Amino acid sequence: MSVERESGEGPPEWEEAPAGASVRGGGAIEATSRAAVGVPAVDSGLRQRRYRRTLGIVAFVVALGVVWESAKWLAGDPWRLPALGIFHDPPFRVLQLSDRHLPHLWDIVAAFGEPFQRNAQYNLASYLIDQALYTGQQALIGFSLGALIGIVLASIFVHSGLAERAFVPYVVASQTVPIVALAPLIVAGFGRGLTSVVIIATYLTFFPVTIAALRGLRSPDPRALELMRSYAASRWAIYLKVRLPASLPYLFTALKIAAAAAIVGTIIGEGPGGVPQGLGRAILNFNQQYITGPEKLWATIFVTAVVGIVFFMAVRVAEILVLRSRGQREMSA
Amino acid sequence: MVFGQAASTQTRALEPISLTIPPGEFVSLIGPSGCGKSTLLRIVGDLIQPTAGVVEVNAKSAHEARLDHDYGMVFQAPVLFDWRTVEANVALPLEVLGVSRSERQARVRAMLDLVDLGGFLQHYPHQLSGGMQQRVAIARALALAPALLLMDEPFGALDEMTRERLNAEVLRIWAQTATTIVFVTHSIPEAVFLSSRVVVMSARPGRVTNVVEIDLPQPRNEQTRESDRYFELVTEVRESLRGRGGQVSSARLRADGAVG
Amino acid sequence: MPPLFVFLAVILVWELATSGTGRRVIPPPSAIMLAGLDNFEVLGRSTQATFFEAIGGLFIGSLAGLLVAFASARWLIARDVLLPIGIAASAIPIIAVAPILNNWFGVLNPLSKMMMAALLVFFPVMINVTRGLVDVQPASLELMRSYAASERVVLQKVRVPNMLPFFFTALKVGTTLAFIGALVGEYFGGTSQVLGRIVLQSMSSGRFDLAWAGILIGSVAAIAAYLVVSLIERVAIPWHHALRSDG
Repeated sequence: MSVERESGEGPPEWEEAPAGASVRGGGAIEATSRAAVGVPAVDSGLRQRRYRRTLGIVAFVVALGVVWESAKWLAGDPWRLPALGIFHDPPFRVLQLSDRHLPHLWDIVAAFGEPFQRNAQYNLASYLIDQALYTGQQALIGFSLGALIGIVLASIFVHSGLAERAFVPYVVASQTVPIVALAPLIVAGFGRGLTSVVIIATYLTFFPVTIAALRGLRSPDPRALELMRSYAASRWAIYLKVRLPASLPYLFTALKIAAAAAIVGTIIGEGPGGVPQGLGRAILNFNQQYITGPEKLWATIFVTAVVGIVFFMAVRVAEILVLRSRGQREMSA
Repeated sequence: MVFGQAASTQTRALEPISLTIPPGEFVSLIGPSGCGKSTLLRIVGDLIQPTAGVVEVNAKSAHEARLDHDYGMVFQAPVLFDWRTVEANVALPLEVLGVSRSERQARVRAMLDLVDLGGFLQHYPHQLSGGMQQRVAIARALALAPALLLMDEPFGALDEMTRERLNAEVLRIWAQTATTIVFVTHSIPEAVFLSSRVVVMSARPGRVTNVVEIDLPQPRNEQTRESDRYFELVTEVRESLRGRGGQVSSARLRADGAVG
Repeated sequence: MPPLFVFLAVILVWELATSGTGRRVIPPPSAIMLAGLDNFEVLGRSTQATFFEAIGGLFIGSLAGLLVAFASARWLIARDVLLPIGIAASAIPIIAVAPILNNWFGVLNPLSKMMMAALLVFFPVMINVTRGLVDVQPASLELMRSYAASERVVLQKVRVPNMLPFFFTALKVGTTLAFIGALVGEYFGGTSQVLGRIVLQSMSSGRFDLAWAGILIGSVAAIAAYLVVSLIERVAIPWHHALRSDG
């Protein structure tokens, strides 16, 4: 295919053409236009998308439930619901969709009302709530501690290049040590209680916070720092007035991750770590009872998910309140 | 397909405009911010659709002209791809068109020689200065030998000296390729130096207020920038921008300050 | 240099503080090294097995993440739903489903651990790749429009190269997550020839030196995986690395 093209031909005279008329050949351009660019305004478009988004998430959760039961309809165990008159034999069989591996959603919900153990006084719901509160409490402590340590470390690193060069590689390497393998050792060393779990949760939390805080503390425009120095402001003043506020958006982004990490750490401490309380322990227990009652395990998982989401939302709300009141923008996740 | 977001506001960007540009001309569009010169350029390039009116390029609609690759565009920023070498960047339109590799290579080298960057084929954009990056963008815009070159304040981000040098480059390229050029700028000296005609626009609402014929002789060079006629024309354009349109008689202002 | 000093200092203090105190939860580094060397085969084999689970999970998770990301980049509706869900999912302690996966795929089957790893890797990959495909400079898109390029060409020439750095960032995070997933899976049950269980068993029999040796070898394996991915990144996107070191 030839790449050369004719450079236009046509009468090279110039004429101011009246509106709407005239044709020129060759390379002439004629632009006769009432050009107003009309496209829907920003506001309604964005709001539309937000509604769609919330609707979408609700729809997705509902759809998930529908897919869950539909899969069982197609390839699970036979359905026997005398109360509703439903007797159905699925055409296919997939092991993972059996009632044992994927209980019916209503069975899981029903399990909340039943005693969590044989001869137990409490039903599953209150048991799980207790455990959830316990886990949440410890996660909160671990989260706060981890966040604090992260900010302090980052603050030190920002002011001391030597400290940074010496210790940041270890901060990074700390995360490659499989905490899951370390957890039992920590419990063996610090006992089966609050301390061990908090240590593990803190371990997983401080890393994202340190890295994000470091970036955030470094983020101010160098010219803003120059301005402060021209006022002979002390390093501490610069830190408080410029660096710390600038780091807030970055911090919150990391805190959202850290919230999840704290919960994961707490659960790991309780489960593999061997602390006898909390959701981690509940998961372990109900795992052993899987053969007889898988619904309890699923119920625990749902409760764990809810705890995670609650934590996340709490941080998000804090983020919105703090950042908006300061006129700062959130960073996109 | 929908990728990403699309949003803009409802404003009337341009009043009815009527403009004809013969082939081979160098026309500048100049005006204050918000006068719609960039919008007009994009309408010609079929990157924005006018709400009413007819745009014809090369005896086709703007839309067809775009599909036929009748024009090349140079933006304010070079818009080069970080992940491609200079050579690959210039080759981009040729790739999109499906030109064979050997033809591509030859063409790319020719274009880079034209903009005097023949020795930088394997460099990456971040290794080049702003001025060099824009030259690569120009080479890329010329890759398909378009009938029309649209340039939207391409030298706005550069310092004055680089800008003047690149002005000379553009004139040289124009002479060698005989392309029609529509050049948007907000620099009066640049507009006068480069064009055969300066279209003066004003804002709120955007419209054409005057067209100034530039009768400076070709080829233009440093001497041109220091000639009396050059200053007269710069003044004329400036006056038009201030809203005092119309021709300024050549007797009015002379470099030595005498008025007669 | 400074990191090396810190390392040596820590090892020294550690050794001095713990030697000569008999069996303890934190044995001296020398004892750990001895235990490691003595049991090299067992440790090596089980590390390999766990490594295999983690890498398998990394592969599955990133593949799934890529596919879903391309789908959600293509259809805005998919994106508006999947992206917030992906972000919310990263708030959920996904490892809670480890026992379920063990039951589904067989507690002794490495696949169950792979799936746990894959689940953890999936979300960061999906989120990052989607962002990379969608967050393209508008000027680049305008340029491609001026070439009357089809969306497929834009995808190929602009969006995909743009997302590669995002993808590799997610992949590097993913290697750490994959190991966590594999090990958590092992904690809820598995063959005795995997690292997680070796550490557990050593602990319950009081052999803390062996447990620590296992942990440290696991750490080395995780770092090795990370470095391999970094190497692949350097080969795949040499331009990005140059940018970063210059900038």
